[in-house]
Amino acid sequence: MQVSLTVNGEEVSEEIEGRLLLVHFLRDQLGLTGTHWGCDTSNCGTCVVWMDGEPVKSCTVLAAMAGGREVRTVEGLEQNGELDPVQQGFMECHGLQCGFCTPGMMMTARALLDRNPDPSEQEIREAISGQICRCTGYATIVRSIRWAAVHESAVSIGGRP
Amino acid sequence: MQVPAPFDYERATSVDHAIGLLERLGDSARIVAGGHSLLPMLKLRLANFEYLIDINDLHSELGYIRAERNEVRVGAMTRHRELLESDVLVEAFPIFRDAERVIADPVVRNRGTLGGSLCQADPSEDLSAVCTTLDASCVIQGSGGTRVVSMEDFYQGPYETAVGAAELLREIRIPLRPGGSSAYEKVERRAGDWAVVSSGAAVWLEDGLIGDARVGLAAVGPNTAGIPAISEALRGKAPTDELFAQAGALAAESCNPSADMRGSIAYKRHLANELTQRALRRSVARISGQGV
Repeated sequence: MQVSLTVNGEEVSEEIEGRLLLVHFLRDQLGLTGTHWGCDTSNCGTCVVWMDGEPVKSCTVLAAMAGGREVRTVEGLEQNGELDPVQQGFMECHGLQCGFCTPGMMMTARALLDRNPDPSEQEIREAISGQICRCTGYATIVRSIRWAAVHESAVSIGGRP
Repeated sequence: MQVPAPFDYERATSVDHAIGLLERLGDSARIVAGGHSLLPMLKLRLANFEYLIDINDLHSELGYIRAERNEVRVGAMTRHRELLESDVLVEAFPIFRDAERVIADPVVRNRGTLGGSLCQADPSEDLSAVCTTLDASCVIQGSGGTRVVSMEDFYQGPYETAVGAAELLREIRIPLRPGGSSAYEKVERRAGDWAVVSSGAAVWLEDGLIGDARVGLAAVGPNTAGIPAISEALRGKAPTDELFAQAGALAAESCNPSADMRGSIAYKRHLANELTQRALRRSVARISGQGV
């Protein structure tokens, strides 16, 4: 079957099998390997991407279900050559060790900050409760997201959707 | 790598279209809503269908929470997050927010739906216990029109419901009764897991006495059923801790847990007892405005 959707602002149209999962479509068919494929059981959250503005676990969404919708992946965080404040926060505060959970963590963090620009530590922990960091680096991940919250209220960021 | 067996994907553009497809394709087809129960089953090859009919485009038609005069009507496509964030629901039935806070995680809750949860009919599923506690009924639509069944009739066994091969669960109706409140208590091994045991309670007071009360349990037997013996024991009595202890003992006796990686039978009966007491206490505290 044919599926057409928008990925990071670009229209794509591809021939797929109905059973193809969104995570494999993004990684294998489009080459967007920033989205990681982890547990395959909607537990670990490293495959989180946005679909029509909402974070979803792409191992548990069919590529066909994304037809006609807007998908945003970790590659779409950077805008006009500028890292998103969430990405900067992960750099500043040591938000990643092995880096495997990072794409999902950042996509969920971006969605949280868009809804709640000044989340408490507890709210951040709740928001990322569907993601697993096997390095157990949660304290620095929470700190990274707080860094982004503090710094994006201080500077104006243009061009982010 | 977990990959479903091949199937053809269809996307429904209306409820009638979905039912028309089901009629044509028979039991080789299955409706997929949020997909967070069905897709894992397909990936593990525990379920196989020749056709999947995606109804996500029907969210604008089937995703709603409406308070009517005597009942709250919830569309089957209403997502967990919408249930969690609904002021109408938390006002009328705080049990929903209690349960939704501990169902899976926020990202999964962006996709999973009320109708999908009920149709999955997993014995450990929380919303089935919530709907049982609240004496909800289910509106099932086929080409001949709609029919309304109680939760008891809806749930026919693990992973089996009253929804026929060419039918679709359309709406859940929850009766609104004055003087009541509700609560949900769940013990899980870690955040977002299935329940070891859950207990939901709803209590209605009349002149300081219990006019009616209902309890629904999850994960302690093939039937996520209400327990009529508890309702009978509570009606007409003052809401005391002693009475709730009796109700807890009835819950422990009436359920039918099995030993598994989540716990022994004795532990699960203990939880059924304790969680039933807590849910009843919290419901009553909420009626008098003392609860959270």
